[in-house]
Amino acid sequence: MADSRRRTKKSEDDKRPREASAVRGPRPFWSGTISFGLVNLPVGLYPAQHGKPVRLRMVDDQGTPLARRYYCEKEAKILTGSELIRGYEVERDDYVLVEDDELEALAPEKSQEIDLERFVALDEIPPIYFERAYFLTPEEGATRAYRLLADSMEAASRAGIASFVMRGKQYLVAIIAEGGILRAETLRYHDELRTPESIGLPERRAASSEARRRIGQAIDACASRRLERSWLENADAKRILERIDAKLERDEDVVWPDDVDVEDEEGGEVIDLMQVLKQSLAEGRSPAAQRAGGRQSADKPSRREARETGKQRETKREAEGEESRDQPRKSGSKRTAGKAGSGSRSEARARKSKGDDAGERRRSGRRRGRQSDDGQLSELTRQALYQRAQEMDIAGRSQMTKAELIKAIQSAA
Amino acid sequence: MAARAMWRGTLRFGQACVPVKLYAAVADRSVHFRLLHRKDRAPVRQVMVEPEAEQVVPYGESQRAYPTEQGSLVMLGRDELAELEPESSREIAVEHFLPAHSIDHRWYSRPYYLGPDGDEDAYFALIEALEDSRREGLASWVMRRKTYHGALRLHDGYPMLIALRHADEVVSADTLQAPSGATLKDKELRMAQQLIDTLEAPFEPTEYQDDYRERVLEMIDDKRRGKHVKVTPLRRPKPSKDLTQALEASLKEVGHG
Repeated sequence: MADSRRRTKKSEDDKRPREASAVRGPRPFWSGTISFGLVNLPVGLYPAQHGKPVRLRMVDDQGTPLARRYYCEKEAKILTGSELIRGYEVERDDYVLVEDDELEALAPEKSQEIDLERFVALDEIPPIYFERAYFLTPEEGATRAYRLLADSMEAASRAGIASFVMRGKQYLVAIIAEGGILRAETLRYHDELRTPESIGLPERRAASSEARRRIGQAIDACASRRLERSWLENADAKRILERIDAKLERDEDVVWPDDVDVEDEEGGEVIDLMQVLKQSLAEGRSPAAQRAGGRQSADKPSRREARETGKQRETKREAEGEESRDQPRKSGSKRTAGKAGSGSRSEARARKSKGDDAGERRRSGRRRGRQSDDGQLSELTRQALYQRAQEMDIAGRSQMTKAELIKAIQSAA
Repeated sequence: MAARAMWRGTLRFGQACVPVKLYAAVADRSVHFRLLHRKDRAPVRQVMVEPEAEQVVPYGESQRAYPTEQGSLVMLGRDELAELEPESSREIAVEHFLPAHSIDHRWYSRPYYLGPDGDEDAYFALIEALEDSRREGLASWVMRRKTYHGALRLHDGYPMLIALRHADEVVSADTLQAPSGATLKDKELRMAQQLIDTLEAPFEPTEYQDDYRERVLEMIDDKRRGKHVKVTPLRRPKPSKDLTQALEASLKEVGHG
């Protein structure tokens, strides 16, 4: 963990030009070590939950994607990441300043290991304690130890309990084995859960038999046998996606920003979590390590593609297909015109996009759809990264350093 | 001190209606920092800027857009999005009552305690009926312009509504394949199981404390009083090469073998 941290830090500092940063694949959300007795088992953590299905970007009225920045009211100035520091308010307007490395130093080596010191019966943990789940994958050289732990825990119906520090926050976790796969499920601490007494709920007393009968009957009338996934459909997201489909079909309010660099401001990277997980489980090493060896990720269908309705796919095919080759960006010409002459950067970009054929544009568009590289992320402020982490529902984000946020965003889906 | 309700609504199913108040069951205990301008220690504000000109765009003038895979953006106006929001309502519709434990905890996101809001008789009748039926409800409601699904069940003898994740948010483990390889050695499996047995104990949630949080608060306190804070780098352990040996040594350490 320490190594990768340093690596991320370095790339933050040296601010290489964007072009130089290679396209990187998703890395585990976190890499750590499970210790089981004296057995050390290096693992990667991947979230078992996807982020929000509809992530909208903020744009101006022209459709230019906006970037998040920090602003100092006092100096009326936009600030960069290095001009910021964390403060803990001890009294009104009185802050104790805290540096990132000071926080990191509070988590000694040992505290970052998932040390399985206790095993409990799986059904003994009250469900309200469970907060969030991660899949664990074996890292290089750890597959056999991983299988051994998974097999023996599953056979015994036991969950391992441990606490460890990940990204500036200590977690209590239950390590659960199911179908040969290990999961880490974070648990809430006892003092995070309120009790009926602390809330001030009234003391129990007997209900009238009339009310009791009426409610009992109503329950029986609605009895179902099992949960259907379809009952949990996200109706809000569905409505928005339908509207988007309709607009795409009519080619209404569709803009083609020619600015590639700002694409990263919000949720650019929809990483194919399933693909990464499958690969990591199968090969016992993180895909990032493999790619570092020269292999580039194949073009995989993303979640967004998988979620599309037939209509939208049709629209897309149209946009990508023959017709669009003549006029690659019909609705985009407005944008380009509007931006003409707004500085050398946009001129360079316009030149670049002229050289694009439709195919190239398509490929780059896809890539942008779900990946982002270190260079771009590291230029965002911590708050911008935090905001993105919030949208992606990344756990522990409020405690993460900038480098950690970058890593988490790159690996989360 | 009694907590404040965060929302109020009415549970409805069949002929029954139970007015309730929602109370957050989870207290936020994390240490919160503010971001400051290093130079003058002034808290900073977040703004949206037009990136080329670094021109601040007031929130009210910004719009939303959906990025497609091809790199185009579909603009969505504020009115349009407002129009797509679910209709606000105070009704918590319980559509199904399922056998206990039908809703796996992996769907759970945030739990809320339910307290009575007027009709206490109905409230206590609900508790009794849930106890007797051994069922949990699946509810849906609209709160703060969002649609929620939730599990209605008892905890500590009181009703709780646990907000659930949506269908497309939970990765299904069925589609994943476990790591495979040569058959594991019987001896190693036996030793691993023995180690698990040795380390078995009941789940005692009160035994676990967030020590790191305490250390962060201590450090802040030290700094406030002008004490020097030491920074040391971190290292990561290597994987075990010889499993049999490591297991044997572990068992010896815990007093077996």
